[in-house]
Amino acid sequence: MDPFLIRAFAAGAGVAVLAAPLGCFVVWQRMAYFGEAVAQASLIGIALGLAFHLDLTASALAVSAAMALLLIVLARQSLVPLDSLLGLLAHAALAIGVISASLVQGPAVDLLGYLFGDIFAVSTADLWWVFGGGAVVLAVLAFLWRPLLSLAVHEELAAAEGVRRDLVKGAFVVLLAFAIAIAIKVVGILLAIAFLIMPAAAARPLSATPERMALLAAAIAVAGVLIGLQMSLSYDIPGGPAIVAVLAAMSGVSLFGMAARAGAR
Amino acid sequence: MDTTTPSAVSTESLEGRRKHDHAHSHHHHHGLESRAGLAVQPGVDALIGARGLWLTRSGRTILEDIDLDIGRGEIVTLIGPNGAGKTTLVRVLLGLTTPDRGEVHRSPGLSIGYVPQRFDIDRAIPMTVVRFLALGGSSTPDRIRAIMEEVGASHVLDQQIAGLSGGELQRVLLARALLRDPNLLVLDEPVRGVDYAGEAELYTLIGRLRDDRALSVLLVSHDLHIVMAQSDRVICVNRHVCCSGVPETVARDPSYIRLFGAHAARAFAIYSHQHDHRHDLAGEARPVAPDAAVTSDGQKGA
Repeated sequence: MDPFLIRAFAAGAGVAVLAAPLGCFVVWQRMAYFGEAVAQASLIGIALGLAFHLDLTASALAVSAAMALLLIVLARQSLVPLDSLLGLLAHAALAIGVISASLVQGPAVDLLGYLFGDIFAVSTADLWWVFGGGAVVLAVLAFLWRPLLSLAVHEELAAAEGVRRDLVKGAFVVLLAFAIAIAIKVVGILLAIAFLIMPAAAARPLSATPERMALLAAAIAVAGVLIGLQMSLSYDIPGGPAIVAVLAAMSGVSLFGMAARAGAR
Repeated sequence: MDTTTPSAVSTESLEGRRKHDHAHSHHHHHGLESRAGLAVQPGVDALIGARGLWLTRSGRTILEDIDLDIGRGEIVTLIGPNGAGKTTLVRVLLGLTTPDRGEVHRSPGLSIGYVPQRFDIDRAIPMTVVRFLALGGSSTPDRIRAIMEEVGASHVLDQQIAGLSGGELQRVLLARALLRDPNLLVLDEPVRGVDYAGEAELYTLIGRLRDDRALSVLLVSHDLHIVMAQSDRVICVNRHVCCSGVPETVARDPSYIRLFGAHAARAFAIYSHQHDHRHDLAGEARPVAPDAAVTSDGQKGA
């Protein structure tokens, strides 16, 4: 197997395992569009990184995290509903990101590569981000698991029981920005959120407890990566989109199966 | 801060106080305060107390100079119409909301078990009852099972929370509160989504828990009828404390009758708003024209 293939499989599987449990919280807390806005903000970070010769993952992460915190602050007003606000900021971020990328001096920025990713171009440095960064994210998530879950189930009850909600929610948002910045390396800005929500959606009908859902989502995501990359090689189609299409098909089968069972009752 | 150790209330004083309460109905001589809810008997120090609570949100006064004490082993019911600030008051006592003015004193060693008003778990989260109970804190499976038996719901342990009936859910929430080994249980309208017979059963259970565990209980309700048998003291709130005392007395108190209507005083199960005053937009009490009084006889649970 060529080294670039091994790197592609390793990066895909790493992102799958990292994103799945976080994705469960994204699904439970209805944060899919929140994640979308955060992901799209990273294009601004990449443009800034290119302009000022910074580490692209670090600069993408910084801008994503800033976007996440901005969203938390803006969500406190209630005149414009949160979904509209998310649409506003996601598209503003994308527009400003594309403009910033066009203003960067030097050779033309490979916009398509950042938007859709190129899993076969993953470098060894990228793998460090996926596995090093991923391990940190998962360790912090494991540490925060119970308070986070408690808040997702019932915020008031959790707060009354002593969970420090602002702290825990803030930490989660930073973790999410981190995970998205890592996932972008593999599947690009526009598809990163798929890694978060699709495995979780596929695992939900098959799970009785939150922990089982997280583990199952990770397993489904890894399977999706393996099948998607294999298809990409066999049919000569782009890798990231192939993975996302396979994950979508798996979610579809799982959800249709559930809907059919509910209908049969 | 009070530094005295929270010595458990002796059984004698508990028993004595309960007998005293029962005797009330024959004496017809109960000191009913019409402003503050300070009816803690001498010698029983308050587990939690609030003094002069004021809270204003977006120009609306929600709490107006509220005093409140809950003694050890006492069941106190907070009653008032919708929007009277009951839930806000509970949030202040729990420490979830900071009042603009006033203080909350918590005795050392106070541990609160809280049953929230609404509990609609998102079906997106798969959650068995046993997993939900473990989320509240460190507890062994044996302890969870024992407490679920205590509240009479051990048969639902492995079910999904989202599939429980209203009564089962309330018992599960009660179990989660009890797992924290509280000395004060706070229940915010614990009978939502429970039928009338289930309501009575739930209050009997709460009364039994108080006796077995020497708990203090703060109940929030808008229905005096059903809580009467179990409450030691009722505090009627409508932003301010309108009246307080033993349930029978509160039910006959003019300010309670004005707040809940004459019907309610007889049947208890009705609530209406026959005020002597109304609250204007700024929350100030204003006299109300007699013909403007709103009465309603929406029989609850019929």
